[in-house]
Amino acid sequence: MAVVTLHVDGMAVAVPAGAPLLQALTAAGVTLPTLCHHPRLSPVAACRLCLVELEGAPRPVPACVTAAAEGQRLATDTPALRQGRRLIVELLFAEGNHPCAVCVADGDCELQDAAQRVGMDRVTVPYRHPPRQVDASHPLFLLDHHRCILCSRCVRVCDEIEGAHVWAMAERGGRTRLIAGLDQPWGAVDSCTSCGKCVAVCPTGALVTREDVPLSPWPGP
Amino acid sequence: MARTITIDPVTRLEGHARITLQVDDRGALVAARFHVTELRGFETFCEGRPFSEMPMLTARICGICPVSHQLCAARTGDKLLAVQPPATARGLRQLLNLAQICQSHALSFFYLSSADVLLGWTDDPDRRGIFGLIAADPELARAGIRLRQFGQGVIERLAGRRIHPSWVVPGGVRSALTPATRAWILEHLPEARRTAALALERFKALLDGRLQRDARRFGDLPSLFMALVAADGSWACSDGALRIVDSQGVIVADRLSEDAMPSMIDEAVEPWTYLRFPYLRARGRIDGHYRVGPLARLNVCSGIGTPWADREWREFRQRAGAPVVTSSFAYHHARLVEIVACLEGIARLVDDDSLCQGRVRARAALNANEAIGVSEAPRGTLFHHYVVDDDGLITRINLIIATGQNNRAMNLALEAVAREELPWPIGPGVELPAQLLNRLEAAIRCYDPCLSCSTHAAGAMALQVQLRGADGQVWADDRRP
Repeated sequence: MAVVTLHVDGMAVAVPAGAPLLQALTAAGVTLPTLCHHPRLSPVAACRLCLVELEGAPRPVPACVTAAAEGQRLATDTPALRQGRRLIVELLFAEGNHPCAVCVADGDCELQDAAQRVGMDRVTVPYRHPPRQVDASHPLFLLDHHRCILCSRCVRVCDEIEGAHVWAMAERGGRTRLIAGLDQPWGAVDSCTSCGKCVAVCPTGALVTREDVPLSPWPGP
Repeated sequence: MARTITIDPVTRLEGHARITLQVDDRGALVAARFHVTELRGFETFCEGRPFSEMPMLTARICGICPVSHQLCAARTGDKLLAVQPPATARGLRQLLNLAQICQSHALSFFYLSSADVLLGWTDDPDRRGIFGLIAADPELARAGIRLRQFGQGVIERLAGRRIHPSWVVPGGVRSALTPATRAWILEHLPEARRTAALALERFKALLDGRLQRDARRFGDLPSLFMALVAADGSWACSDGALRIVDSQGVIVADRLSEDAMPSMIDEAVEPWTYLRFPYLRARGRIDGHYRVGPLARLNVCSGIGTPWADREWREFRQRAGAPVVTSSFAYHHARLVEIVACLEGIARLVDDDSLCQGRVRARAALNANEAIGVSEAPRGTLFHHYVVDDDGLITRINLIIATGQNNRAMNLALEAVAREELPWPIGPGVELPAQLLNRLEAAIRCYDPCLSCSTHAAGAMALQVQLRGADGQVWADDRRP
């Protein structure tokens, strides 16, 4: 396997040619906050939190989908990148409804962790307070659209690993939302195997296990 | 000269409020009003959420008694699941509630009301409050702070957090009592009991002395009283049935299920306050007002069920010399008696290790679409009423809070104090007694109102303040949209 050498914040590291830049960052001991990235799933570069400055590139590039090449010089912690990352997280908070204090994911939430990582002590953009819904039609799990950041991890895990392809994104722009089946209530989608993988990979409290699940009899898939 | 006397803000309450006295042309008192000027809107943002989230969500209504909302929400959740929590879970919930009532009463008595009760009415305003008590009686102040700490310590060790724990769930609780927590409670109970004894001793000495007149007459008013009682009629804070007595001590309703609440209670609204006025439908808006809380609980029950608290309860009733105690001031004494009841209740619950083992949660899927839960919060009877869709999402919710149920009584208590304190009719240029404002505030503080809880409801009601002359003409009108 060909190995390339590149510089991350001045540190020389060697990674396989074509590996994502995130791997080079890891080799250099740099960890950036990520929300859409999952090591077992294909990258989509949706959250833009892993943007880095690549010498010679006209604009920052997402480290999760950019291939490592010989002689690249990366900067991961410039004032512009820091400011951009913080703004991205603020926009995620402002775009949905994220009352951490009463969220079941409080203390175990990657969005919350990212906010702490980027030093978000307040949200400087106006909250949208969108009127969203909770889909509680599934007997085991619950989808809370208020807390969905559209990272698409659930879409990918259901498609790439479980092979059920229950999830998809509908509409565009600020109205984009997660849908089950052909925009049906989750509980009405026959292809769902109730495996729970989407719940396992959800970075926030958008997909969670229901509190009121009876232990027995197990409803089953 | 018609005038309005305003106290704004009223201090040492949980929340923000204003008092006005309205005086007519002839100098007579027209009305005393307690204006609650804050709005929360909790009911609206509970809509659309899963009912299983309610213990956590409604707990955020208040930082003083989150546990009370959790217990009531969980009780309502039990009924939606149609399950009976295991005996261990019921005992643990009761233990949590006793600790909650204990810490809240300690806060009310020592931090907020001790100055009214122990330091005298005309004291320097700067020295009123807990700092005044620390200066005047450091031993009692320290003990009072430690007592609240004990109650909070039990909550923290049992439920994981001092404020807003998420331990109580529909169907039960999340974990059993640990031997370490049980040992901690047993270790700290004696000190808490000594504090309760000390406070009762100081307070009763004042009742026999300087506070003799206040004990009988301060904010004295007839009303109905409502509280939960156990199956044998004794004091209850969790499982029980509703009992209502009148100011003569006659039981007018007994063994009522909380399910009767919607047909029994209605809520009136007034344009000048965000706080609603619940009343018994059968008796109408004015005559149907009732009081809840420590005084009501001690008035409706036929005993406490533990030896020391029973002695204190009998003495409390005997001191009034009447079938029931009607003075607002008696709420303070009632709180101390209830602290004793809580401490003895806690001791009894942790006495054996049954709470350390066994099943703590009954599980089921949704089995009902509507349920009403009830619990005794420190300030009185608390109702949660949920209607959910087939997926368990809240479609309609109503919360009836203790402070709201005491609303009419608080206004009447203000009126009683104002009549007592001022030389009616008031002529132009009358000198207001220096202690008037303190005593009006103190009348409200008897009820230890929690305005955060009680104005949780969203509505289109505007705040309006009017000054009316004797002929009904509006002299001044101030309204907030």
